Amino acid sequence: MATVIPPPSKKQKKEAQQVREVDLVPKDLPNVLIKFQASDSGESIGGSIRVPGGITEKQLEELLNQLHGETAEPVPYTFSLLNTSDDDKKNNDQKLIDIKDNLYSSVLKPGIKTTEDFLTLVYTPRAVFKVRAITRSNAAIAGHGSTILCCQFAPNDSGRMCSGAGDSTARVWDCNTQTPLYTLSGHSNWVLCVAYSPCGTMIATGSMDNTIRLWDADTGKPIGNPLVGHTKWISSLTWEPLHLVKSGQIPRLASGSKDGSVKVWDTTTRNCSFTMNGHTNSVSCTKWSGSNIIYSASHDKTIKAWDISANGKCIQTLKSHAHWVNHLALSTDYVLRRGGFDHTSTKASSKKQSMDELIQKAKDQYEKVAKLNSTISERLVTASDDFTMYFWEPLKSSKPITRMTGHQKLVNHVSFSPNGRYVTSSSFDNSIKLWSGYNGSFVGTFRGHVAPVYQTAWSADERLLVSCSKDTTLKVWDIRSLKLSVDLPGHSDEVYAVDWSLDGNRVASGGKDKMIRLWSH
Amino acid sequence: MPQNEYIEQHIKQHGRRLDHEERKRKKEAREGHRVAKDAQTLKGWRGKQFAKKRYSEKVAMKKKIKAHQESKIKGPSTPNDENGEALPTYLLDRQTNNTAKAISSSIKQKRLEKADKFSVPLPKVRGISEEEMFKVIKTGTKKSKSWKRMITKHTFVGEGFTRRPVKMERIIRPSALRQKKANVTHPELKVTVFLPILGVKKNPQSPMYTQLGVLTKGTIIEVNVSELGLVTAGGKVVWGKYAQITNEPDRDGCVNAVLLV
Repeated sequence: MATVIPPPSKKQKKEAQQVREVDLVPKDLPNVLIKFQASDSGESIGGSIRVPGGITEKQLEELLNQLHGETAEPVPYTFSLLNTSDDDKKNNDQKLIDIKDNLYSSVLKPGIKTTEDFLTLVYTPRAVFKVRAITRSNAAIAGHGSTILCCQFAPNDSGRMCSGAGDSTARVWDCNTQTPLYTLSGHSNWVLCVAYSPCGTMIATGSMDNTIRLWDADTGKPIGNPLVGHTKWISSLTWEPLHLVKSGQIPRLASGSKDGSVKVWDTTTRNCSFTMNGHTNSVSCTKWSGSNIIYSASHDKTIKAWDISANGKCIQTLKSHAHWVNHLALSTDYVLRRGGFDHTSTKASSKKQSMDELIQKAKDQYEKVAKLNSTISERLVTASDDFTMYFWEPLKSSKPITRMTGHQKLVNHVSFSPNGRYVTSSSFDNSIKLWSGYNGSFVGTFRGHVAPVYQTAWSADERLLVSCSKDTTLKVWDIRSLKLSVDLPGHSDEVYAVDWSLDGNRVASGGKDKMIRLWSH
Repeated sequence: MPQNEYIEQHIKQHGRRLDHEERKRKKEAREGHRVAKDAQTLKGWRGKQFAKKRYSEKVAMKKKIKAHQESKIKGPSTPNDENGEALPTYLLDRQTNNTAKAISSSIKQKRLEKADKFSVPLPKVRGISEEEMFKVIKTGTKKSKSWKRMITKHTFVGEGFTRRPVKMERIIRPSALRQKKANVTHPELKVTVFLPILGVKKNPQSPMYTQLGVLTKGTIIEVNVSELGLVTAGGKVVWGKYAQITNEPDRDGCVNAVLLV
């Protein structure tokens, strides 16, 4: 069932017919004074510079690279104008206006600033590497005997992928040869969630049979007995971030369950370290943040923050939602999942690194992403059945920063982009919305799915997004142009799970048609 | 030992009859026969009492058997709530309406709409058996043949109908029960006019009765409405229109109908 983008509405057609202005930079445009400012540290470089008013993004990039002295290996940047008025300064607000194409068309022409103003340009480095949009399905692997419920790529090696299914097994797949590698059987009911540990050596699976099992990712053998303790099914699993792991230990695991409790498990002794009760309804999502706090979203309309360094004390209860909280996302999700690895990691290279090296690298990577204006900030976005999302900064206040409205049906999934610049929300109203990851302001909508959108996954360079939907397709969206990049039909039934590998080379998806599909460009 | 238990006392003193066990066995063996006989022959209040007791016994027995059967089935008493359909965590607690359910409801909706198109004032009528409709007519000198039938209901017989020769005519439509005109009411104008019948469109009982022109309650007839002076949208005079019979003509001796507009 391939879907075509709906034909343009009358309004859109009319707009298209109207006389369009051509972007031409006037020749007599005077020079403007600009200043470069780094988005993470807030440092400025090069002082004030006089540049032509029609300077393009490419030229700005070149200029900045020269200032940095990196002419041999230029780093791509995105620029945005820091637009602070006087009353904004009092509130400590920052309004950023993205510069697309050139300075004239995005700043001077709309009249945001004049040529006589002093412009502060905030620059953010983009990923050096570029992920190519996936365009084809290069394998449909049968193996699972029932609906595939979840899938995740390994952090250390994008050749490995693990999927959990309704046939009460999880399977590890070799994506390079597109063959099944191990069958992780042991559960007695559906496998609802799988999670690779950030060190890449373990897989945790949570099941409908109320247990969690740990597996060796390299051999596919179970590690010890199942972790028993929950009285209802496991709804989510999250690993301890690698940089919080003490040297000589292995990361711990936290699980949220339908029974309303969150448990932290010691993975060496396989005992429950502590249980965090407090939710009055089932826990729908748990996330272990880089500042050693577990956030849990629940169907009792609240989000609770549990301080793990204080043995699981509830330090905050975030109440604002009017209905179930379905999902939550942290701005550092991606980097925490990546652990000490990056897009170049392969199995061979990751073997060479010791645990301490990994932890150190994980710490560096985490701080790079989490630091905004030289302070660590973790932003949280929660999606709910009340059709809205809330944007929180739990470290600062227990009140939401922004309420993100716009969806017309429940919001099922939210995900932060790898560097935390954007948030996407997938909703049952067939649309995906893109929001700013810094303040939760609306950026754009991706329309094209014809049925509820279940999940989205980011490419590592945050230029692309893939979404899976009930309409049996995957769609790749381009973030910059806010347009559909590629439509990927192929599945014959609903697609429940999708994941983009960390090196950006492939996407895996699975759903009701019991087939794992691998996609590449 | 209480005073009045003299039978027990006698048994204690003298023992039972020698053939007591034999008699007891035989009596028990005959029990089924006795119950069967009672079931067939008991009348009136005693019959009712017997039937009630028997019914409650049977219900108890069936319940017991069912309980036994269930206890024999292995496995957990509460079956897994999976019906072959695994769901991801985010869909688990949702009341997703089944697609099959959606389809069936849409079909039902369609049927309803379709039925609405053909809705008539009397949607349902009493079924009429063949015995009621036809009277068997015995023929032959010895009156031994019975292949001839006479319709006992009112009929509409078209103009210029000639009866077939007697030995060929299987179904007789009595001339005394023939109707040519009907009292037709216009439901909106609330006017009743005596209009000539043009034909029988449909008899809900059976297509054969439609062919024979039987007029029963609920039959759709075509009437000549030229007298009413109805005009079509195009400006032409309407003369044939359908009406549904609202009474039972064989009870009233006349045909009353309501115009379908």
